[in-house]
Amino acid sequence: MVVVVPRGAQASPAVVAQRSSRTGYLLLFPGMAWLAVFFAIPFVTLFMTSLQKPIEGKSGKYTFGLEFGNYVTAFTEYWPLFLRSFIYAGIATLLALAIAYPLAYFIAFKAGNWRSLMLVLVIAPSFASFLLRTYAWKTILADEGIITSTLNALHLLPEGRILNTGIAVVAGLTYNFLPFMILPLYAALEKIDPRLVEAASDLYASPQTAFRKVTWPLSLPGVVAGTLLTFIPAAGDYINASLLGSTGNRMIGNAIQINFIQFRDYPTASALSFMLMAIILVLVFTYIRRAGTEDLL
Amino acid sequence: MNWIRKRITGIIAVAVLIYLFIPIAVIMVLSFNKPAGKYNLSWNEFSLDAWTNLCGVPGVCTSFVTSIEIGIFSTICATILGTMISFALVRYRFRGRSTTNLLIFLPMATPEVVMGASLLALFLNLRFPLGQGTVIIAHIMFIISFVVVTVKARLQGMDPRLEEAARDLYAGPRAVFRYVTFPLVLPGILGAALLGFSLSFDDFIISFFNAGTLVTFPIYIWGAAQRGIPVQVNALATIVFIVALAIVLGGQFVSYRRRKALSAS
Repeated sequence: MVVVVPRGAQASPAVVAQRSSRTGYLLLFPGMAWLAVFFAIPFVTLFMTSLQKPIEGKSGKYTFGLEFGNYVTAFTEYWPLFLRSFIYAGIATLLALAIAYPLAYFIAFKAGNWRSLMLVLVIAPSFASFLLRTYAWKTILADEGIITSTLNALHLLPEGRILNTGIAVVAGLTYNFLPFMILPLYAALEKIDPRLVEAASDLYASPQTAFRKVTWPLSLPGVVAGTLLTFIPAAGDYINASLLGSTGNRMIGNAIQINFIQFRDYPTASALSFMLMAIILVLVFTYIRRAGTEDLL
Repeated sequence: MNWIRKRITGIIAVAVLIYLFIPIAVIMVLSFNKPAGKYNLSWNEFSLDAWTNLCGVPGVCTSFVTSIEIGIFSTICATILGTMISFALVRYRFRGRSTTNLLIFLPMATPEVVMGASLLALFLNLRFPLGQGTVIIAHIMFIISFVVVTVKARLQGMDPRLEEAARDLYAGPRAVFRYVTFPLVLPGILGAALLGFSLSFDDFIISFFNAGTLVTFPIYIWGAAQRGIPVQVNALATIVFIVALAIVLGGQFVSYRRRKALSAS
């Protein structure tokens, strides 16, 4: 939810005397062991499960195997859902960036004494259940509701409705992950020295040029962090697709959940999860490279 | 026109904040509704039924209590483990720092569905029985990283001269920790715990994969969404929202007063 990583606050060894002793390892061990056993090792079991083959004569039972074909089958069957997930998540991320930037900018530069209250207001909606907030969009976007009827009067809706279409799913994703965009943007903007912008305008830059040449480039680490923190959970989400979309709007998360929990087809579900993670990691690393912000990690 | 142009970011900022709260308003308003059919989706008639009979629908309160129990237990464990890691990261030298950082960063960058699925694959292969235990294990796992990030930021933001001053005044390492370091880090730890609890209490995807037949509050809502969510759920969500908001605002108020008192003296 809230991930504000102040960047200036890197440990400076010159100031804090770092001790080297067994205590450090003892402090690290329990928590890191927990993460190793319940986060890292499960990826190994996930990969092994994705290669399992069915036991002949026993349906729903699987045994050790090296069935790389599971990946081919899973991908041929579900590639449209992968594509849809990344398109929906991509649109939602861009919309969230456009909505979040002015708010983050305002909180960082203009909010004054209201700053901490506004930050509380940004995270406050997360205190009400994620599922209920998503469900509430069913009411807001209902066919006879104000939004749908207004847009319909203007003939802006190709399907004549919002609910149970891709538009509703993208709207839900945009809304739900907006705080993940606002907070990193704010953290980056807040560190910009306002004197730099002043210097630009002293040198006859128009407010637009000053923004384009000074503020925007300096806020890029926040843009990268925010887009990742929005895109990744959005691409894996299936709550919005289930509650707000129709069967034609299912995302890859839906396929993973159904195969794992309803169909109990563990190899297919594991292969899908593994591919999702792999694609996301590749996208993330190319993106970070291109944005030139490797130090973000 | 000029007035609007000057205040355009402010106007957008307020509009975005209002947008963030529209679904909250819907949840609250519908908690006073008497739905016409089984779905509580549109306004029908004012009623206090849900509020006077919060546990009136079977399963709602049981799942609510289950989620609170899981939240408290996982938060305590994850906060202790995460705080220990933060101290090690900021105060100690050790080998394998980049692997450690990666292992802390990755859970925050992994889609929940992948974490839920991989953990379920582990439990299935070990034939580990699913239930409250597996959900708690999962929650501790994904909360730790958020605790580390929050507490680490607080530790790094601390003025090292305060601890030096204590040492100069002949405080032993224990006394420095007890009377200086710990009180200074405590707000960060409490903030991390609150964040951890809200993440645990609201988690659906990872819990759903690893719950077996256990029903947490979000799992209850998920199941009810198909056949109509009882109004009581809206009332309970409203209560959670208000309590959490009050705690955060209270914390802000205390730190504001403290800062004011410090600058006045």
